[in-house]
Amino acid sequence: MSDLQTTKTDTGSKFINLLIELGFALFSILVALLVGTVFILLAGESPLDAYHALYIGSIGSWREFLNTLWRATPLIFTGFALALPFKAGLFNIGGEGQLLVGGFAAGFVGFYFTGLPSIIHVPLAILAAMAAGAIWGLIPGLLKAYKGAHEVITTIMLNYIAIQLTIRYGIDRFRTGGRQALPTIEESARLVRFVDMAEMPIIGQIPLIDVFALPGLRLHLNFILALISAAVLWYLLFKTTVGYEIRAVGFNSSAAEYGGISSSKTIILSMVIAGALAGLAGAGEALGTHHTFMSGMDADLGFTGIAVALLGRNHPFGIVLAGILFGGLTQGGLEMQFVGIPSEIVTIIQALVIFFVAGLQMLKWFLLKRREKGETE
Amino acid sequence: MDTLFQMFSLPLLLISFRYATPLILAALGGVFNERSGVINIALEGMMLFGAFAAVYGSGLTGNPWIGVLYALVGGLVFALILAVVCVTFKADQIVVATGINIFASGLTIYLMQVLFGVSGTSPRAPRLPPVRVLGMRYNPLTFVAIALVPVAWFVLFKTPWGLRIRSIGEHPSAADTLGINVNKYRFICVLISGALAGLAGAHLSIGEYSAFVRDMSQGRGFIALAAMIFGKWHPIGAFGAALLFGYAEAISIRVSFAYIPSELIRAIPYVLTIIVLAGFIGKAIPPKAIGKPYFKGED
Repeated sequence: MSDLQTTKTDTGSKFINLLIELGFALFSILVALLVGTVFILLAGESPLDAYHALYIGSIGSWREFLNTLWRATPLIFTGFALALPFKAGLFNIGGEGQLLVGGFAAGFVGFYFTGLPSIIHVPLAILAAMAAGAIWGLIPGLLKAYKGAHEVITTIMLNYIAIQLTIRYGIDRFRTGGRQALPTIEESARLVRFVDMAEMPIIGQIPLIDVFALPGLRLHLNFILALISAAVLWYLLFKTTVGYEIRAVGFNSSAAEYGGISSSKTIILSMVIAGALAGLAGAGEALGTHHTFMSGMDADLGFTGIAVALLGRNHPFGIVLAGILFGGLTQGGLEMQFVGIPSEIVTIIQALVIFFVAGLQMLKWFLLKRREKGETE
Repeated sequence: MDTLFQMFSLPLLLISFRYATPLILAALGGVFNERSGVINIALEGMMLFGAFAAVYGSGLTGNPWIGVLYALVGGLVFALILAVVCVTFKADQIVVATGINIFASGLTIYLMQVLFGVSGTSPRAPRLPPVRVLGMRYNPLTFVAIALVPVAWFVLFKTPWGLRIRSIGEHPSAADTLGINVNKYRFICVLISGALAGLAGAHLSIGEYSAFVRDMSQGRGFIALAAMIFGKWHPIGAFGAALLFGYAEAISIRVSFAYIPSELIRAIPYVLTIIVLAGFIGKAIPPKAIGKPYFKGED
């Protein structure tokens, strides 16, 4: 059941475990899509048409597939932001707020500083976003570690404080036009878009780079950062002492404490890293997608990230896959909208996935329980 | 000086009750489910769906009171998801509640498109008749909310039924030993909470307004959750906190300050809740068994 136990088992059963996990995830998605047909039928549309549109719009072509990856990027980050503290036994519902303060910090650095070269401006904006997100994770981490304040409630409250501070107050304070947004960021703060890569000096020399030169392609550098983060996170969790400590605290905090691990330090660390990762999601949206920080930019990405982490079984690589799946649903939903089917069906399907994953988890647990009982008798 | 005068003017204090109504209703509901040991961060989604159901029922029948009934049932139906998946099947309460919030947001917009052919604001529906008290216009649900406060207090603290709920939230296995059906009580408490959150939604859509607007609950379910914690899981405490938070909302909308931006005033309830939860002023201690599913025969 836990990571600490699975590390002891041999690679063969680990592989079987992985297949079972994958099977459960796929099964939940299938059931969600199946139940989703009811909503499509009630809307007077044909499920076949709807799912065909979903397919065409998400992975039907090379460009749509790349745009699916673009949609997946922030979800992968907010998925990480839930997963890491979860390993330490914490529920970080604050991805939304951490994303917002990160996006705001990036957007602010992006428009406020002028005349900087790209090589300084972009990292500066990204670091600002990570720092802001980290602070937004640090607060509930400290309150949990030293005051025992339930992190679910404090992170929810911090989400709304972030909304008031950034979307309401922050934008009102600095905006110049009628749009609910900060001023547009400087050219030098923009994240590299894949579509421009073929024309860039050094990267343009890479063979086949022009496969990305597609009009309407919105994928940008943050996706690469997401993949790098996944690898780093995997290494951190499963190959370092810090990762072991995080998992040990999540498994049994008093036993970990007895074994010389400081659970408060571990709790705070996991929340700070989680906040920084959610901040990166915000940075990508501000610097790569919208080129500004604007109202509505969060689009419930923080909450959807919870579903992504759940479906990805809180494993860095699982989250990348789950993020791409959810990104595909959102991207494909647009195509559904084009053919006249309410795209909110996609939101409903995403919620259904959560219900079924959570429900099936319990079913698995019951089956396991029964088998154990059978073995002892 | 002028601002100070405005801040404590009688009309502003009276109008706070209007802003506080949905918070009182949902926070009372929250007291029930949390006292029984179930965490409910889905108040937001239940309220949102209640708001939609109210407009649908009111528009369909032309009678806003039928709309209120629809809201109640709408909240109940959403609570049923939480109750079945989390109490009966013991899935994670936070995860499922998050799903419910996403579901409510998607479903209400979907239903607007399917039923009314719009996606932003629904067609108008008859609203509840206004009641004038002390020169202020209220909708009847405000008085329902206020009346429910002593009722909730009485049920929770003066009846055997309430004692059982509280004991389940503190020590479910001890309650079980005494022959109390833990999951039955939890199930009922979640349903009560859903019905009250649904009523709160009706207040938003056909009490203070006469249409449904997408995502119109705007985080009020979470403020209600905050009010419940700030009120230390007590009906009267939750009522006081809801009033305070309603007052903060009234100030931020109706009083303009020279130096403090109104947006920051609206953040006050959230900041206060964190402070209380961290124990900086009078620690708020949740029921012991909160958030943990109950498995018979295990502890």
